[in-house]
Amino acid sequence: MDAPFLTVRNLTKHFAPTAFSRGPVVRALDDISFDIARGQVVGLVGESGSGKTTIGRSVLRLIEPTSGEIRFDGVDITKLSAGPLVRQRRKMQYIFQDPFASLSPRMTIGQILTEGLDIQGIGSRRERRAKAERALAAVELPVDAYDRYAHEFSGGQRQRIGIARALTLEPEFIVADEPVSALDVSIQAQIINLLRDLQVRLGLTMLFISHDLAVVEYICDTVIVLYLGRIMEVAPAAALYARPQHPYTRALLSAIPSLDPLARQGRQVLKGDIPSPANPPTGCVFRTRCPVALDACAGIVPPLRATTSDGHLKACIRDDIA
Amino acid sequence: MTITAPDPAIDPTVVPTAGPQTKGPVRRALDRFFDNRAARAGLLIVVPILLAVSTYSLWWPFSPNAIDLRAINKGPSAIHWLGSDGVGRDVMARLLQGGRISLLVAVCSVAISIVIGFLVGAVASFGGRLVDGTVMRFVDLAMTLPPVIFLLVLASIAGTGIAPTILVISLLSWPVLSRMVRARLLELRERDFVVAARGMGAGLPHLLFRHGLPNCIDILVVYATLQIANAILLEAGLSFLGLGIAPPEASWGNMLNLARSTVVLEQYPWQWMFPGAVLVLTVLAINFIGDGLRDAFDPRSDLN
Ligand SMILES: Nc1ncnc2c1ncn2[C@@H]1O[C@H](COP(=O)(O)OP(=O)(O)OP(=O)(O)O)[C@@H](O)[C@H]1O
Ligand code: SF4
Ligand SMILES: [Mg+2]
Repeated sequence: MDAPFLTVRNLTKHFAPTAFSRGPVVRALDDISFDIARGQVVGLVGESGSGKTTIGRSVLRLIEPTSGEIRFDGVDITKLSAGPLVRQRRKMQYIFQDPFASLSPRMTIGQILTEGLDIQGIGSRRERRAKAERALAAVELPVDAYDRYAHEFSGGQRQRIGIARALTLEPEFIVADEPVSALDVSIQAQIINLLRDLQVRLGLTMLFISHDLAVVEYICDTVIVLYLGRIMEVAPAAALYARPQHPYTRALLSAIPSLDPLARQGRQVLKGDIPSPANPPTGCVFRTRCPVALDACAGIVPPLRATTSDGHLKACIRDDIA
Repeated sequence: MTITAPDPAIDPTVVPTAGPQTKGPVRRALDRFFDNRAARAGLLIVVPILLAVSTYSLWWPFSPNAIDLRAINKGPSAIHWLGSDGVGRDVMARLLQGGRISLLVAVCSVAISIVIGFLVGAVASFGGRLVDGTVMRFVDLAMTLPPVIFLLVLASIAGTGIAPTILVISLLSWPVLSRMVRARLLELRERDFVVAARGMGAGLPHLLFRHGLPNCIDILVVYATLQIANAILLEAGLSFLGLGIAPPEASWGNMLNLARSTVVLEQYPWQWMFPGAVLVLTVLAINFIGDGLRDAFDPRSDLN
C-alpha cells in the first residue's frame, strides 16, 4: 500500500482559559495519532465531549492544535502560512452536525453553494452556477432550490445542501461531523446512503464522526474509538464489531440495543459518568469506569499497540482478557 | 390502489413551493413592519415632512433669510402662514430650512457613527484577544464619560456650524453601536456557517462583509432610526445652548433658542411653538418607525 493520504501524529489540543474566562485547562485531545489511506472511510466514535469535533476541526485546521503534526499528501498543514493554506482548503471540506446552524439564514441556496468557488476565485459567474447546480443534482435536490432560502427546507434537505456545499470545491477529503445525529431516524438512512454513494463515486477520503457505533459500522472501513481525548482502540470495522479488544469498546457495543436475548445477557453497562477533561484520571483515562481495571492501570498511560494479527490496535494493559 | 402524495419530509425531491418567488429574511421583516400600525403612522408623518423639507424652495415663495420689514413679529397670516420673526423673516421658510439642516445633521452624524461603530465592533470581534481587549477598554472609557459634559467640551473645541455639529454628535454616539456589533459578531464567529466559510478559505473582508454585515443589518437599521431621532434632539439641544448651528442659519434647535427671551416666549408664541411641535412630532414618529423595525427584525418573530 502507498503512503497514507492523511497522517495525524501526536495531535494534542488544550483549551487554555482566556484573559476573559477563568477555569482550568481543558485537555480535549492528548497525543492522538492515526492514518487514513486514500479512498478510505475512517469512523471516529466516542461519547459526547470525548473530542471528536476537536479532532475533525483540527485536521482541517479550523482549530489550531496545541501540538502535533497533520500531513495531507505529505504536506504538514499545521505549518502552512495563510496563502498556501487557502489553496489547501479546496481539497478538504467539513460537513456539519446541525443542518439549521450550518446554513446562513441570509443567503440563498445559490449563494451558499457558490460561496466557496467565490472565495477561491474559481470560474466565471456562469460556471459557478453550473457547478452549484451539479452539486444540487448530486445530492438529489431539484435545481429550483437554487434561488430559495434555507428556512424553506426540512432538516434532511438542509443536510443535503450542507453536503452539496462541501462538494462544490471538489475536495479529496471530507470530515463529516455527526452528519445524521440531528435528523429524524427515517431520514438518517437516506443521508448515510447518499454519503456512501458519493464517497464511492467521487473516490472521497472521509473521516466520519459519530457517537453511534451502529451508524459507523455500515459506512466505515476502519473505526477509531475515542475516550476523553485519547484513542482507546483502532480496528477494521468488521474486526472491531466481531472481536472488540478494549473494555471500553466492549461496553459501547453491548450498549447497542439488541433483540438477541443471548447478547442481552452479557450486557455490561458503564458505571459512573465520563470524567471531566479538565481533570482526567492518571494512567489509563478509562480506569474510573473500567470493569476490569487493575491497580496498575493508574500508574501508566497504556500505549496504543497492536495485539492481534487482524489489524487491531488497543490502548489497554490487559492482554489476558481478550 | 391508492396514490399518495409524496411526503415532503421524506422525499428530498419535493421542494416547498412558497409562491412564485421566495422571500429573504429582510423582505419578511419589511412585511411585518408594514403590518405594524404605529410604524405606518410614523411613516405617514415622516414622509410628508421629508418631502416638504427637501422640496420647499420649489413651492414656498419666501426664502429663510429674506427680510420683510413690513412683517416684524407678525402672527400667522395669509401671506406668512406661520407668522414672521423679530427681523421680519418668514417662520414657515425658516422652519422648512431648519428641518433640512436638522435632518441633514442627524442623517450625516448617524451615517458616520454607523461606519465607525461597525468597523470598531468588527475589528474588536475579529481582531483577536489583544486588539479586542484594548479597543473595548477604549470604548468603555468613551461610554463612561458623562455625555452632556463630553458634548459641551467637544462642541466648544469643534466650534459651531454644520460640519462641527455632525462631528460632535457622531463622536458621541458610535460606542453604543460598536458594542452591539461586537457582541453580535463574537457570537456569529462561532456559528457553523461562518466556520464553513473559513473552511473554504474565507479571509477577513469576506467574513465581515458577506456574513458580518448582513447579519448585523437589523442592529444597524434599528440603531439608525432611533439614533436619528436622538441626533435631532442632540442638535436641538446644542443649538439651543448656542453651540450647534449658529444663526443666521436656521435649525429647529436655534429657532427654539428664541424662546429664551421672555418677550418671544409670551408674546410671539408662533416663533417657537411651530418648531417645537414639528420637532416633537418628527422625533415621535421616527421612534414609532424605529420600534416597528425592531419588532420586525426580532429574530423570534421569524419562528411563527
Ligand atoms: N472552544 C473551546 N473552549 C474550551 N473547551 C472546549 C472548546 N471546544 C471544545 N471544548 C471542550 O473540549 C472537549 C471536547 O469537545 P468536542 O466538541 O470535541 O467533543 P465531541 O466529542 O465533538 O462532543 P459532541 O458529541 O458533544 O459533539 C469538551 O470537554 C469540550 O468542553
Ligand atoms: S488499561 Fe486498565 S483501566 Fe484501562 S482499559 Fe485496560 S484494563 Fe481498563
Ligand atoms: Mg461534536
